[in-house]
Amino acid sequence: MSTAERDIGARLAFDRGSPGRRGVGVPSWEGERAPLPPAGLLRERLRLPELSQGEIVRYYTALSRLNYGIDSGTYPLGSCTMKYNPKVDDLMAALPGLAEAHPLDDAGRVQGVLRIGCELQEALCSLTGFAAASLAPAAGAQGELAGVLMVKRALADRGDLAARRRILVPDSAHGTNPATAAMAGFTVTQIPTAADGSMDREALERELDGSVAAAMVTMPNTLGLWERGIDEVAELVHAAGAYLYADGANLNAILGRARFGDLGFDVAHVNLHKSFSTPHGGGGPGAGPVLCGEELAPYLPAPVVVAEEGGFRLGRPPRSIGRLQQFHGSYGVLVRAYAYLRSMGLDGLRAVSEHAVLNANYLRALLVEAYDIPYDRGRVLHEVVLAGTRQRREHGVRTYDIAKRLIDHGLHPPTVYFPLIVEEALMIEPTETEPREAVEDFASAMLAIAEEAARDPDLVRSAPVSAPIGRLDEATAARRPDLRWLPAGDD
Amino acid sequence: MAAREAPAGGAPHPYIPHTDEDRRLMLARLGLSSTAELFQEIPERFRDPPLELPPALAERELIAFMAARAADNAAAREHPRFLGAGAYHRFVPSVAGSIVQRGEFATAYTPYQPEISQGTLQAAFEFQSVVCELTGMEVANTGLYDVGSATAEAVLMAARITRRRAVAVLEPIHPGTLDVLRTYAGAADLELEVVAAPADPADPGSAVDGALGERHACLVVQQPDFLGGIVDLDRITAAAHRRGALVVAVCDPLALGLLRAPGDSGVDVVTGEGRDLAGPVSFGGPSLGLFAARRDYVRQLPGRIVGRTRELHGPRGAEGAEQEPRTGYVLTLQAREQFIRRERATSNFSTGQQLIALGFTVALQTLGPRGLRESAELCYQRAHAAAARIDALAGYSARGRGSWWFQEFLLRGPLPPAELLARLAERGISGGLDLSGRAEQEAHGALLVCVTEATPPGHVDALVRALESIGGAQGGEDPA
Repeated sequence: MSTAERDIGARLAFDRGSPGRRGVGVPSWEGERAPLPPAGLLRERLRLPELSQGEIVRYYTALSRLNYGIDSGTYPLGSCTMKYNPKVDDLMAALPGLAEAHPLDDAGRVQGVLRIGCELQEALCSLTGFAAASLAPAAGAQGELAGVLMVKRALADRGDLAARRRILVPDSAHGTNPATAAMAGFTVTQIPTAADGSMDREALERELDGSVAAAMVTMPNTLGLWERGIDEVAELVHAAGAYLYADGANLNAILGRARFGDLGFDVAHVNLHKSFSTPHGGGGPGAGPVLCGEELAPYLPAPVVVAEEGGFRLGRPPRSIGRLQQFHGSYGVLVRAYAYLRSMGLDGLRAVSEHAVLNANYLRALLVEAYDIPYDRGRVLHEVVLAGTRQRREHGVRTYDIAKRLIDHGLHPPTVYFPLIVEEALMIEPTETEPREAVEDFASAMLAIAEEAARDPDLVRSAPVSAPIGRLDEATAARRPDLRWLPAGDD
Repeated sequence: MAAREAPAGGAPHPYIPHTDEDRRLMLARLGLSSTAELFQEIPERFRDPPLELPPALAERELIAFMAARAADNAAAREHPRFLGAGAYHRFVPSVAGSIVQRGEFATAYTPYQPEISQGTLQAAFEFQSVVCELTGMEVANTGLYDVGSATAEAVLMAARITRRRAVAVLEPIHPGTLDVLRTYAGAADLELEVVAAPADPADPGSAVDGALGERHACLVVQQPDFLGGIVDLDRITAAAHRRGALVVAVCDPLALGLLRAPGDSGVDVVTGEGRDLAGPVSFGGPSLGLFAARRDYVRQLPGRIVGRTRELHGPRGAEGAEQEPRTGYVLTLQAREQFIRRERATSNFSTGQQLIALGFTVALQTLGPRGLRESAELCYQRAHAAAARIDALAGYSARGRGSWWFQEFLLRGPLPPAELLARLAERGISGGLDLSGRAEQEAHGALLVCVTEATPPGHVDALVRALESIGGAQGGEDPA
């Protein structure tokens, strides 16, 4: 697989190697052989690649070089908090005492593991102003599901569930919020965003009645803005007999500076693979702990870690919504997040939000002349949402093109076309781990592209030209799905 | 521990690069005098609350501190261990661990920009292909959280497809999986019915036949079942399909190296746990939910799917002529997903388990067809040999469930299971799972003991010796 391989995608591992090669040896069985089950219960064929070990390593190394990670450069995906992932945290999760621990072992034999869980629960409660936590959810979306099911169960317990079948979600929310509400059997009512970028208060008050189970609010919101009057919103929601849910995807903006519990939220999830720097892995694994106040604590998903005299154990809250996974959550991810927390301390975490917000504002200042900024307050928190509307109107260059052109400038594009309320959105979150020079380099690339859009729009529209591969035919991919390897002649 | 002295004006932390000079330059550009002004929108009464968090540790302090935490677990020391029950210590080729550590894979986000994510995407296509081959199914997604939630998603999918509201679950099934099914079925207001275990998993037809009706969207069955027995899935699917119900088979991927591919038995959806073939058990997570189905259901699948396609235009050659378009991979069929469909999505799934899926793929492709089969057979033989040796001890019985079993067997001895476990623990042995409280007749008074391809023969010797000495002290008779 030299770099000379022009079309690496055309040959999968399945298409490489040769029958009879193998990548690893397996000890042979020297003892007496127990009879195998009858042929009807045994498999007839198994088609897997046959490659030597070196071939496997070269193939996957070649694939890795087609990827861009936070180790490669700036990765300013809005609402994704792509910050540097400390290498030491990976080593800590691999310590045999943690990595080899069995989930069903007796509590007395896994005290170190349980203690890490307990202290992580406590630290997250402290940072969010809540009374209790469960580390069980595997990702943010599962944390959301847990939170909404806790609300559902609490409403059922007070005999109010039949009447309350609606969940209010701002139109700037992540798609997971309405999808979660629907999974939990609720209908979704969308709340529009006002001109200042906060929820439209009048619309909210109009919708708040006895049919509402909860409102789900991202804090700060996906425009990178503080949700104004959130404490008053909490009072209104509670006065209507509903619960207030915090989507903690953007916690990085306010780490150590404001707490969901203090603001009046009842329940929240946080993403450890965002604010707490565990690697995103190209799409997981993550972890999405769910946290709440005293009222909802009996409903937390199982298990929770309980500290007692004499040690730690796993427990099940009395009115638990149940388990979300077969075992106890993404423990290897929890260990990394815990190690990160211990390496930061309170001052370090406050420095995180301080510099994440400083970087975002600096970037905003560098780009404010060249790009439109809807819902502009002159100030943002952790991210800035630009609009490529001027470039589209004046030069026929879309945000999609700008994103692809950033790749030619050696950078990862920001989140695009989200939030949905911003036309041609470019949602940029630099995070605190980007040095000043990296923010300036990113801004320079964005300014250069704005100029290119005016001078040579075709150049931008045909980007990228320097990536490992050009723009792909996504329409055909969806119309005629080709989703797996098949041997030649078998498709 | 000692506080670190930062040089005056230096960066606040090794992970945060801003010096006083950086801050000064940036604030000047913003027309501000301090970073505190950036947070003025937070009402003062909520701003900067007092918090209790332990002080920061420098890297080498952190390593010493975490090493102490890790040492406070039995797993820190090599010892004989026979706990399985859904989390198996397996042989994982070193290559897999090495590849997943590459920062290009580990520190990438979900591949929303395919031009610079072909590594993740092509590897995910390899994963889908491996899962399809292993399960005998036609389509697979890029993986879900774990076997429990994957099985729950399968149940929700079956309910969407059949428009039926009841779900049957065949015992013996992993209690954790059953608990997750209850959580998700409750969320979707589905009715969940548990079907008692058939006497012999190799002949489950009549147990299933009597329990299923026209109201059932699907039957969930575990292979091998929770007590280790090998299920005849052909008979299960025949019975379920007569009622128009789908079959969801929850399969151990190593066992599939040996056992008939569930797709060949007519199963409609296969789920499984991929974690243990990809990397460490890690206290049960992060995990990897395998999910594969028949092609008819491809637009009903939860989670992400990668498709193969081509460039719209080939690259320009040296003379500027357009060359042949190259092959590439993209996230596809996204109209099912939450970020497009919102409340009408097939699932709320977003961040998943991509890096574990990469480890799983590399591990299985390194093993190859013969290596996987040999591993599965080694697992089978080691488990059966261990059971035979223990069964021959006075005062003990060690038998698998049903006619055929894979890697777990039921152990009874001269002491109640909890006491037997305690005696083994005194000898440094993790003896298995206490099955007290289960409904199945054969589980009464038994331990579930697991021996895998990765169990060193010396550990089995230690277990046999320990049981012998415990049994000798009791002088009991064979309980079977």
